[in-house]
Amino acid sequence: MNDNPTIEFALRMGDNCLILAQQVGAWCGHAPVVEEDIAFANVALDLIGQTKLWLGYAGELEGKGRSADDLAFLRDVRQFRNCLLVEQPNDEFAKALMRQFLFDAWHHPMLTALTKSSNARIAEIAEKSVKEVSYHLERSHDLITRLGDGSPESHAKMQEALNDLWRFTGELMTPDSVDEALAADGAAPELSDIQAEYTAYMRSALEEATLVAPEKVHMYQGGKTGVHTEKLGHLVAEMQWMQRAYPGLKW
Amino acid sequence: MYAQMVKSTGERPKTLDEMTPEERAFQTRIDADIKIEPKEWMPEGYRKTLIRQISQHAHSEVVGQLPEGNWINRAPTLDRKAILIAKVQDEAGHGLYLYCAAETLGVSRDELIQQLLTGKAKYSSIFNYPSLTWADIGAIGWLVDGAAIMNQVQLQRCSYGPYSRAMIRICKEESFHQRQGYDIMMALMRGSPEQQEMAQDALNRWWWPSLMMFGPSDADSVHSAQSMAWKIKPVGNDELRQRFVDQTVPQAEFIGLKVPDPEVKWNEERGHYDFGEIDWEEFYRVLKGEGPCNRERMAARQKAWDDGEWFREGLMAHSKKRAAKKLAAE
Amino acid sequence: MSNEWPLWEVFIRGQHGLAHRHVGSLHAPDAEMAINNARDVYTRRNEGVSIWVVKASDISASAPSDKGPLFEPSNSKIYRHPTFYDIPEEVGHM
Repeated sequence: MNDNPTIEFALRMGDNCLILAQQVGAWCGHAPVVEEDIAFANVALDLIGQTKLWLGYAGELEGKGRSADDLAFLRDVRQFRNCLLVEQPNDEFAKALMRQFLFDAWHHPMLTALTKSSNARIAEIAEKSVKEVSYHLERSHDLITRLGDGSPESHAKMQEALNDLWRFTGELMTPDSVDEALAADGAAPELSDIQAEYTAYMRSALEEATLVAPEKVHMYQGGKTGVHTEKLGHLVAEMQWMQRAYPGLKW
Repeated sequence: MYAQMVKSTGERPKTLDEMTPEERAFQTRIDADIKIEPKEWMPEGYRKTLIRQISQHAHSEVVGQLPEGNWINRAPTLDRKAILIAKVQDEAGHGLYLYCAAETLGVSRDELIQQLLTGKAKYSSIFNYPSLTWADIGAIGWLVDGAAIMNQVQLQRCSYGPYSRAMIRICKEESFHQRQGYDIMMALMRGSPEQQEMAQDALNRWWWPSLMMFGPSDADSVHSAQSMAWKIKPVGNDELRQRFVDQTVPQAEFIGLKVPDPEVKWNEERGHYDFGEIDWEEFYRVLKGEGPCNRERMAARQKAWDDGEWFREGLMAHSKKRAAKKLAAE
Repeated sequence: MSNEWPLWEVFIRGQHGLAHRHVGSLHAPDAEMAINNARDVYTRRNEGVSIWVVKASDISASAPSDKGPLFEPSNSKIYRHPTFYDIPEEVGHM
């Protein structure tokens, strides 16, 4: 781990965007309807833009001349700081939508709080991102509501996705030394505040969608410190293929 | 091109004398460059030919997402990834515009998609070739989009209003597609010997299939003559193909690439490049379904359709519930 | 295929205060989703635009063959056009 908690924090924010963008982008051309191909691709594009801001900042702070691209394409799995939620499998659209919603519902209040960060760079990045993410949340919330309260089949699929993914939401709101250090400086919010907001939001959103969050599940942790699920290695291997196979070239 | 072999009536165009009064009035409007709009009277052959052409064009956009989409996950930099997603996304958008244009002729999008999935409707042969290396993404943008733009620019003048308007919008949005492809090729040619080899290999594999995109020679097609008379296809296949060769050969030379055709030579007298004979057997084989990736492409589209059914149905079910609730509250 | 999403016509007013203009169509299960989709498809989410969607089947249109009778009368009222009037140049711009 980096000694500088701000670097860690920027990597976490950036890697969340990067890994999620990688997953969402893969749907372009394979979504259930062409309107959805287009809408989901917009989300991927926003997230790539945000990745560049966060990882660019992390690279600057690190001071070793590493660019956002270097960080994205030349770190190994253990150096990735994204939460476990975003790396979950991409093979079902229902799960991709639920993953998006569970993440957006955290991402939005987090960025909103970060716009008031005592760190001007963080506040600036959050300011740019929050507008995009408020649209992501509006859209994923709308889809989850409709599909949850849709046909029996769509309801079952959304409930199954929720059952599967809910266990990865706790990590986003469990503070560690990095979160505490930033919160102490007013650079980032207390995660307990985000948790309170998340819980209230989820309660009403899921109720409207006629979905029920599983109770008393163990909340999985590890992504924030680089201990991931096995899937991430494959995702990263594919993403980094060109830079690994042809080191040091310009594209 | 994106619509390569559109069957028309199968007969030569009628002369004005042979036409019924309605047909004559229609043809006179076409000749005067007046656009035909959705609910106006039109010969059944015109309507059917247009549905075939526009839907073939739409299917090509949608299937066309696949070979490039194949590299979204592996794009070498964040910027290249974003550009590629934006481009593949545009193709989805263009498919959408074109399906809507076809729908003005009295056919539904789901029907058209079924025609694609059952193999009744065709799409461009070009998308049945594999994208094997990153350089293929450059070659597709430069050559395939280059050929597509050449075709689409003239289709902006098509006699059917909705198709012409869709083309205007598409041409505007696509202006970056070819440039980003050439930009990838330039970066490769400025790079290492390995990269240069990758670029040349991609050109070698995509050159001939790109020329095939314009479809068979006009001389071999009775359909061409009727489509041209109706201004569904303002410029012929051979002329477009020649324009493409004339434009592309110097672009290749400029960055040090060699077009894989020993017969390519500037012909001073004609004022055009000469080029070799296209392997039409290959073209017809690919069009018939036996190209390198036909099965994979259709399997991918079929999977998206099947796996997405619950989503389309679920949203429809919700909308019906909402409408019913609203009605009950009134 | 009774369950096909209906077709919507999309109208957008840009930032320049001009009237809503027809930009194209799309499919969506209902009006709210049509607006969301329109935002993604036709504006790539530019802010500050207003979107109208109308179910294509709800639009009544003049039959194109009526083109003559419907539009010719106004063409004959040439006094509705400013160029109908000769104003002496000395009067200035009017």
